[in-house]
Amino acid sequence: MTLLETVHLKKYFGDTHAVDDVNLTIAEGEFISVVGPNGAGKTSLCNVISAHLIPDSGKIIFKGRDVTHSSVIERLKAGIARSFQLVNLFDDLTAFDNVALAIFSREGKIRNMAALAHRDREVAIEADTILDQFGLASKRNEPARSLAQGERKLLDVALAYALRPRLLFLDEPTSGVSTREKDKIMDIIASVVRGEGITAAIIEHDMDVVFKYSDRIVVMHQGAILAQGAPDAIRNNDDVAMVLLGSSGPDAFSRKE
Amino acid sequence: MTIFVIQILNSFFYAAVLFLIAAGLSLIYGVMRIVNLAHGTLYALGAYVSAWIVGSAVGHAVERNLGLAGMLLLLPLGAIAVAAVGALIEPTLLRPLYRRSEEYHLLVTFGLLMILEDVIKLLFGRTPLSAGTIMDQMGSIPVGRLIYPAYNLFVIAVGVGAAIGLWAFIYRTKFGVILRATSQDRRMAAALGINVSRVYVQAFAIGCFMAGLGGAVVVPAQAAVLGLGVEVLILAFVVVVIGGLGSLQGALVGALIVSFVRTAGIQFFPEIELAVLYLIAAAVLLVRPTGLFGRA
Amino acid sequence: MAMATATGTPIWRITMGAAIILVILAILPQLVDAYQTVLLTYGLIMAIAALGFNLLLGYTGLLSFGHSAYFGTGAYTVAFITRDFGVHSMELCIVGGMLGTLIIAAIFGFVCVRHTRIFFGILTLALSQVLWSLAFKFFWVTGGTDGIRIPYANLSLVGGLVDFKGAGSFHRFIYAYYYYVLVVFAVSTIIMWVIAHSPFGKALQAIRDNETRARFVGISVRRYRWIAFMISGIFTGLSGILWVPLNGLTTPDILYWPFSGEIVFMTVLGGFRSFSGPIVGAIAFNYLKTYAIASTEYWQLLLGVVLVVLVMALPAGIVGTTARLAAKLGRWTK
Repeated sequence: MTLLETVHLKKYFGDTHAVDDVNLTIAEGEFISVVGPNGAGKTSLCNVISAHLIPDSGKIIFKGRDVTHSSVIERLKAGIARSFQLVNLFDDLTAFDNVALAIFSREGKIRNMAALAHRDREVAIEADTILDQFGLASKRNEPARSLAQGERKLLDVALAYALRPRLLFLDEPTSGVSTREKDKIMDIIASVVRGEGITAAIIEHDMDVVFKYSDRIVVMHQGAILAQGAPDAIRNNDDVAMVLLGSSGPDAFSRKE
Repeated sequence: MTIFVIQILNSFFYAAVLFLIAAGLSLIYGVMRIVNLAHGTLYALGAYVSAWIVGSAVGHAVERNLGLAGMLLLLPLGAIAVAAVGALIEPTLLRPLYRRSEEYHLLVTFGLLMILEDVIKLLFGRTPLSAGTIMDQMGSIPVGRLIYPAYNLFVIAVGVGAAIGLWAFIYRTKFGVILRATSQDRRMAAALGINVSRVYVQAFAIGCFMAGLGGAVVVPAQAAVLGLGVEVLILAFVVVVIGGLGSLQGALVGALIVSFVRTAGIQFFPEIELAVLYLIAAAVLLVRPTGLFGRA
Repeated sequence: MAMATATGTPIWRITMGAAIILVILAILPQLVDAYQTVLLTYGLIMAIAALGFNLLLGYTGLLSFGHSAYFGTGAYTVAFITRDFGVHSMELCIVGGMLGTLIIAAIFGFVCVRHTRIFFGILTLALSQVLWSLAFKFFWVTGGTDGIRIPYANLSLVGGLVDFKGAGSFHRFIYAYYYYVLVVFAVSTIIMWVIAHSPFGKALQAIRDNETRARFVGISVRRYRWIAFMISGIFTGLSGILWVPLNGLTTPDILYWPFSGEIVFMTVLGGFRSFSGPIVGAIAFNYLKTYAIASTEYWQLLLGVVLVVLVMALPAGIVGTTARLAAKLGRWTK
């Protein structure tokens, strides 16, 4: 069943066609990767889908409803949540508080000013569970700013996940961390996402990660979709190799040590 | 009819003074993203220093030797003194706070305000100081059946001159280019070899000079009294709220609007004159949240 | 720097500490003279203002330079109620004053929260001066610079149970009013503590830390800022309400913007990154200002220097710096 569909989606910044007539479909339960060189429009696409930016034209249909002109909060309520490439956390709050906040918000409890936040057992248990799932349990009481970069990236994803979205759009969740950590982070994300059957779209640069985890790969170039398909199809697509790597051939996508 | 012309002249006079103050405020904000809460007090300091210099010159019978032109040239000395104070303030009080969040400089400049207000009281005492001799010497010109102080016209000329001069300085000189570059992207400017610290001190000093000049030109017409600075800051803020913080045109247009509304207000609805100004400011903000010419 | 009680101190310890302080405050008037009692009453009154102010600064990240508006609205509303409507009950004055303050805070807040940071500060300052100019110019209503007198003898506390007529009434007023203020202070502090540690309070801190992410977690940033603004204004208004019977007089001075600066000063003095900082700062500032005025004509210079030194060298304020020293001492002695 189709979860998300964009129809002729466009977002221009003057002469720059950040999102250029994109028709993207994401089926429920899919794990897709969005790849492309820098400036291809991946983050802009994410921004438009999550309502951070308003499209110039085109439609976004989610769960059968037209959400094109809905606000960030309305889109969250519909079930789209995202993480950020440049980590966006509540730095002076603890990791626990960060996640608990998302849960309070989701449950509609966030406007309660007459009860003590830490007394809410349900929220606390769920927040601790999520921290555990993301390997952050030991950092529960640390302010977010004191976490290591890899942990911050995971927390950023955890925040989006805590909203229990139908579609989780992650913007480069492994960027800025070492290769070893990348695998660890993706393992955690994949296990959480697969385990719960959440539909996920991940913007990534590391092609090994992309090939290992994706059901489908969407390649963007200059704002438009260049190609999409299963990992094998993309691996053997010369146009894609040319755009992403500047060369083509059977070994083009191996990780160079 | 004649009264109408005089009201208009008064509006331009007051707008000239407000422009000088607001332009200084906007310049400093535009380059350094700093709002100096003591800016009004620096204006008052300029007024006091100029009045004191003129008063001393009169007292020592220097005025006969200087003549009117000479006396007028004494006025900017107050502005220069304020610029010097500014050049001292920036490196000592403001530079250490750039790393911290914006609000800290509001706190430190409020402390500075408290210090400067009492320094003025300490140096110049509690009695008002004025440079009225200059105004008397310049005499009056006839407007219809009434007369109008020629000095006020001089101030309007200074205001116009300052507006043109500042515009030329910022958009037509090399230093102006450096100023604009630094204000747009501080790190890039530094990477290009611009000494950002020096630009900041200079910009701050120029902004303070403008405030001091405002005080210097107003004091022959209106005595310097304690609390002058604290009071003028409110009006300066209305000007930049309406005109837009960081914009030279905004300072000019804002000063004109505020001044004209104020003159009309004092004439027709004196109790709510400030309230009316704010209604206008609120209306502007609803349509353009950063003011008429401001940027985010 | 996270808010001090974020995860650390257990509740029972806080309650014990607060109870001890409350007991000390209750006993003090029996140990010191009437002048000191009055001084402390002012300190507690301003502590309520600072608590309210800090909901915006410390918790929501908004620096207002216009809180004199709410203090003044509270004070003048009491003045109008007692003078024009012959109201004697302090409780009615509190309700009326808080209502008036809520209206002003709602209107001003609505305009101001559309802006942030410096522009927000400028707007709050500028709007407060509209009220100041009205109080100044409509002298036939507000008494202008002479102000409006509110004789304590006309007031009664606790629904009329305590009044101040007859011999020795001033002395009785001083002591009765101190305890009245102490109770209101205690209740206000508890309410503010709950708000600050509620899910709503966490949402405010989220907005402070990262406005974008707050939005992407589902928080209506502008609306929450507005609500915080109103709560903040009401608390400061309550402070003005309590202040006016003690001062006996309300003048435009409390609406003038440097008074807003004092509220900021006392909060920063105590430390705006902790819950108790503003309370400590307000009481400390009260003593500091009183003794500065008594010592020198140039007390403003003195206070200005204190503020500058505070901002440059000790931004964590009294409470923050003490906490840091205590932590260092703790590590040292391990």
